[in-house]
Amino acid sequence: MLDKILFLLCLASALADERCMPDTPHGFQVRLSIKTALGDEAYVWNENEMFLFRASLAFAMRNHMNGQQFEVSNIIVCNETMRVSFWFIVTSPLDTSQLIDQENVEAAIRQSRNRINSAFLLTDKTLEFVDILPTLATLYTHPTPPWLIVFGVVMGAVSAGIIIMLVSSVVQKKRKTNRKPQDEDDDEETRVKTVENGDAHDGIHNMSFSEDERFTKM
Amino acid sequence: MSFPRLSNPGLDDRILSHQQLDKLEEDEAGDRPKWDNKAQYMLSCVGFCVGLGNVWRFPYLCQSHGGGAFMIPFLILLVLEGIPLLHLEFAIGQRLRAGSMGVWSAIHPYLAGIGIASMCISLTVSLYYNTIIAWIMWYFFNSFQDPLPWSQCPMDANLTGFVSECERSSPVDYFWYRKTLNTTPAIEEDGGLQWWILLCHICAWSVLYICTIRGIETTGKAVYVTSTLPYVVLTIFLIRGLTLKGSLSGIKFLFTPDLTELAKPTTWLDAGAQVFYSFSLAFGGLISFSSYNSVHNNCEQDAVIISIINGLTAVYAATVIYTIIGFRATERFDNCLSGNILALLNAFDMAEGSITDNNYNQVVQHLNETHPKVIQGIDLKTCDLTTFLSEGVEGTGLAFIVFTEAITKMPLSPLWSVLFFIMLFCLGLSSMFGSIEGILVSVQDLKVFPKTFPKEAITGVICALCCLVGLIFVLGSGNYWLSLFDTYGASIALLVVAFCEMISVVYIYGIDRFNNDIKFMIGHRPNFFWQASWRVISPLIMFFILVFYLVTKVSEKLLYKAWDPESEKFPTLEEKLYPDWIYVIIFILAGIPSLAIPFAAICKCLQKKGRKKSNLAIISQSNLNEQ
Repeated sequence: MLDKILFLLCLASALADERCMPDTPHGFQVRLSIKTALGDEAYVWNENEMFLFRASLAFAMRNHMNGQQFEVSNIIVCNETMRVSFWFIVTSPLDTSQLIDQENVEAAIRQSRNRINSAFLLTDKTLEFVDILPTLATLYTHPTPPWLIVFGVVMGAVSAGIIIMLVSSVVQKKRKTNRKPQDEDDDEETRVKTVENGDAHDGIHNMSFSEDERFTKM
Repeated sequence: MSFPRLSNPGLDDRILSHQQLDKLEEDEAGDRPKWDNKAQYMLSCVGFCVGLGNVWRFPYLCQSHGGGAFMIPFLILLVLEGIPLLHLEFAIGQRLRAGSMGVWSAIHPYLAGIGIASMCISLTVSLYYNTIIAWIMWYFFNSFQDPLPWSQCPMDANLTGFVSECERSSPVDYFWYRKTLNTTPAIEEDGGLQWWILLCHICAWSVLYICTIRGIETTGKAVYVTSTLPYVVLTIFLIRGLTLKGSLSGIKFLFTPDLTELAKPTTWLDAGAQVFYSFSLAFGGLISFSSYNSVHNNCEQDAVIISIINGLTAVYAATVIYTIIGFRATERFDNCLSGNILALLNAFDMAEGSITDNNYNQVVQHLNETHPKVIQGIDLKTCDLTTFLSEGVEGTGLAFIVFTEAITKMPLSPLWSVLFFIMLFCLGLSSMFGSIEGILVSVQDLKVFPKTFPKEAITGVICALCCLVGLIFVLGSGNYWLSLFDTYGASIALLVVAFCEMISVVYIYGIDRFNNDIKFMIGHRPNFFWQASWRVISPLIMFFILVFYLVTKVSEKLLYKAWDPESEKFPTLEEKLYPDWIYVIIFILAGIPSLAIPFAAICKCLQKKGRKKSNLAIISQSNLNEQ
């Protein structure tokens, strides 16, 4: 009995080993960096997590190849390490001896990458499919560049300021020239008045402007 | 016994006597503009002195010349060179109540060349300095978005990857050299006008125009903001910087003294040059500012206070900058180390967390012994914090590359970016006020425009002309032209002018007369320190710096650093030789202001001889007629 079990196990592992091995042309290597991504909230990688992985990969294959009913058993995993890295291959649900080729597997993973990542609370960088390049995030291109808007605001304010200053200096000058002939008339009148009054007093000497303050205080 | 001086007849006819000055003060006659209050004057001077150099030149010098030890030559030369020269300019401006041109022409007609030289220097500096302000405005405008445009590389044309130039260098380098400058690989290729920088250039000159439109009437109000805001922002950055990881290693690195640097003459030369340029002496702007003061203003006190503020600001700014640089260096070091650890974990399939920062070295050693070939295959990078810290950059590289990169790593980056560039903008603008003042007053003294021309129009014409000539810096090769102007336009000429200023005041105006003037203005004669420094120490220091500078500049090969994506060492800047026709331009930049001094003296001399001859001719003619 024991012999039979041992033989079956060896057969099974032999079958698995044959096609799933490092650098297999039909599969990919996966690397998870759970501690880097989650720090203190990192979960432990165990059998259940591996089951989830196989299930999400089967989900991805189902999404990509419409109609084919991939099951968890179609995802074969091997070479698990302490790093948390392993290799996997995908068998066809119709014929387990047939392996799905790399291009299809890659396309399936790319399509559902986001969903697979979210299942594990990881990102493209921390759930790494070696040799599948992560989709690059494009910078959001604004319809109008924001710098142009700020420039417009600043330039508008400065131009308005310049116009106001120029207009105000022109107005000031006009007012000065209008007042000048008036002032000259007033001066003549007051001079005539004082002569007429003939006051002996020159006015009270203003004591507030004394000559002691020679040095400008800070 | 009076100090030897050259005979200077007719000096009394050209300047106001003490009684006349007092009368002028009493009657408040004269159409000279005045400061509204003392604070405006002090803020304008502080703003002029404290500029971009305090932020991006001094920290670099400090760090590269032995950290804390650099303070020693800096402070010594500040006291022996900076303060006396500053006091001299303030006092002579306040006494003679004229701008640079007026002051030197009044002392002796042959010295008009000094005023002309100051004006040329102010003009040269204004041209390129405002382009730096335009670049600052460009970065400021681009800071109002999250994420900042220099935090990521853009995608290439077919969206398969990042732009190659950006990938090979870094996003901040790419944004600076390509998106901002769109720099050409060599100075001969001009690359055409870059329209986005042209817009910022026009904006910068418009802002400058509105601030200087009525001379000190408007700049006096503007300096309340432009001179105080940088200190506020520096304090905010200091508080923010100190809370970041690695900031203290930056400060420690900056201030760790290396006393062996004091033995090198280049340290002292750099310190002297930094003190000198940092005080914006010989531009003529400080003389103008001081001439708007009342006659009895205490210029001695002002000179000491402003020097102290300038020195302290430099140290303060260096501290702030290095907290941020320390943070950036630590960030880079951590990334380098994490990258290495990841590579090791992946290669040896070890569990996460088995290699940490602490046991990294031991693990690598152990693995090197057991699997040397694998280790070699991984190609681990050397991570050394000191190397990252001493990636000392100065000038535009510090502001637009290193600091912007550090900002992208801080949370709330757009806010810090906006604050940083507002601070740089204010620092640059307040320095521009002084330069424009130097040009404006000289142009008025030269009577280029008729007297009926309103001040607004004169300022407008000057700003428009400078804006047009400054278009050379908006070209693709503009960055190379700017560093050319920066290196040769101001440096040597300023030293020559300052030296001539000292000699003129001490020996041609007469140090005894100068002492009496100061006694009249502030109430006591300048003490022994001022006497010694004006007569002997400062001119000697200036002379040594000038000679050393000339010797080093003439002997070195004329190279410039170019950003060339085709070069082998990309992204390191490639050193290229200037083309031959650049020598003509360098001669114009450095030679014309310096040669203007003797040239103007000769012209005036010939004019005088010509007038004497014609006078004699008239007299002899009239004698003949009488007979």
